[in-house]
Amino acid sequence: MLQRLPHLLGIESLNREQIEFFLDQAKPFQEFQRHPLKKLATLRGKTVAIAFFESSTRTRISFTTAASRLGADTMALQAEASSLKKGESLIDTVRTLDAMKPDAIVMRHSSSGAPHFVADRLEIPVLNAGDGTHEHPTQALLDALTIRDRKGTLEGLNVTILGDILHSRVARSNIHLLTKFDAHITLCGPPMWMPPEVEGLAPCLRRVLRIEEAIEGADVVMALRVQTERLHEPALPPDEYIAGYQLTPDRLRLARPDALVLHPGPMNRGLEIDSAVADGPQSCVLEQVTNGLAVRMALLYHLVGGPPADAPHPAKD
Amino acid sequence: MRIVEKRQLLSAEELGRTLQRMAHEIAEKTGGAKDLALIGVRRRGVPLSQRLAKAIRSFAHVDVPVGTLDITLYRDDLSTVGAQPVVQSTDIEFAVDNRDLVIVDDVLYTGRTIRAAMNGLFDLGRPRRVRLCVLIDRGHRELPIEASFIGRTVQTSDTEIVEVRLQEIDGEERVMLVDRVADSAGAGSGGKI
Repeated sequence: MLQRLPHLLGIESLNREQIEFFLDQAKPFQEFQRHPLKKLATLRGKTVAIAFFESSTRTRISFTTAASRLGADTMALQAEASSLKKGESLIDTVRTLDAMKPDAIVMRHSSSGAPHFVADRLEIPVLNAGDGTHEHPTQALLDALTIRDRKGTLEGLNVTILGDILHSRVARSNIHLLTKFDAHITLCGPPMWMPPEVEGLAPCLRRVLRIEEAIEGADVVMALRVQTERLHEPALPPDEYIAGYQLTPDRLRLARPDALVLHPGPMNRGLEIDSAVADGPQSCVLEQVTNGLAVRMALLYHLVGGPPADAPHPAKD
Repeated sequence: MRIVEKRQLLSAEELGRTLQRMAHEIAEKTGGAKDLALIGVRRRGVPLSQRLAKAIRSFAHVDVPVGTLDITLYRDDLSTVGAQPVVQSTDIEFAVDNRDLVIVDDVLYTGRTIRAAMNGLFDLGRPRRVRLCVLIDRGHRELPIEASFIGRTVQTSDTEIVEVRLQEIDGEERVMLVDRVADSAGAGSGGKI
């Protein structure tokens, strides 16, 4: 049994026990995705605000579906259609949402720390669905779940992360999480996309320049999405990225034969990942999507779902 | 609050005989356990359902499928204070459609657990019939739910608790009636809440 968390803002502040608890709690929800009738009444009458101040399709759909399968209603705010365009400040927008009395807010924002800012000012649980280049905790949890399902453990695995580490909140959350399980992390990507403090990020972390060396002996290879808008600042021709860092079948052969391939999506096929790898037997890309639902259902249940009242009758233990 | 043991309701031997008798009743009422499947409600309904299936196999020579149901997500008492119940897995590997299902639990009390169990089951499909088997019926129903197969009916008061202790979970084998007694030195309610 775990002390209930008030929010889920990042992986960095969680301990190993809390992470394991969420991975364990996701198991029944994984199984639930196979039910013919995918609707619970557990959060009936609860409302989850889905506030995305930055565009997103898959994470937003995943959270909305997770809430809906638990029986909650959702209120959606999308950057393109909202009063943000009319210049409203973040806190005013969030307070307006809060005034409609949701029971939790799932939030994505392009500024690092925005969910923390909101969490300090609202009474309801805040779930970080990605903030700037800081954290994307549910992605790291769904990745960990996928890895643990296939490998049986996270302990001491060799995990290689490829691509734009500097701008990647997915990488950051994954590094925080995997480090707590003493995984050996190898980073590889263009030098200007490597954070300057890289080696200081975690103890069991190394940076490797050549992709072949980075992949050799890996248990897990995680290809990050190239945010194509960043190819111009400073200029990096796609050809150069492909030549240096694309995950190809030949390169993947250097990893352990049972190595897993992960990608947070959406994939740029032919840029950071070759189609043959993306669709190959080692790819867990679609499993990651399904696991994302399970992890998000478990988190919403934890943050929004109530514990039992002090019932006068013995409840099931 | 202090917990005192008042009396033993079933010994290990009586518990064994009661399960044998219920296994025969279930087989009889389901046409020799033809389309029968047992659903054990976590936690103590699980070993009970497995024992019933084993008993039925030994005399009727039918392999009865057994599933495990976790009702946490179907509870109606989720509010906002205290500790949160942990969700556990539901393992029902067979299709429930057109099955003759028997839900198995240790104690029937308010009926709310069984209400939740039925909701859970109907999310998995449409059974032909659902019946209930409990080791102890202690009364105090809050819903119109009754069991078809009952090990023993016991008169109880509101403060009393029926504790079913099974080898697989508790390391001992008997059913006890315990009571919660006010105690100035007592810290918290304790016991099985």
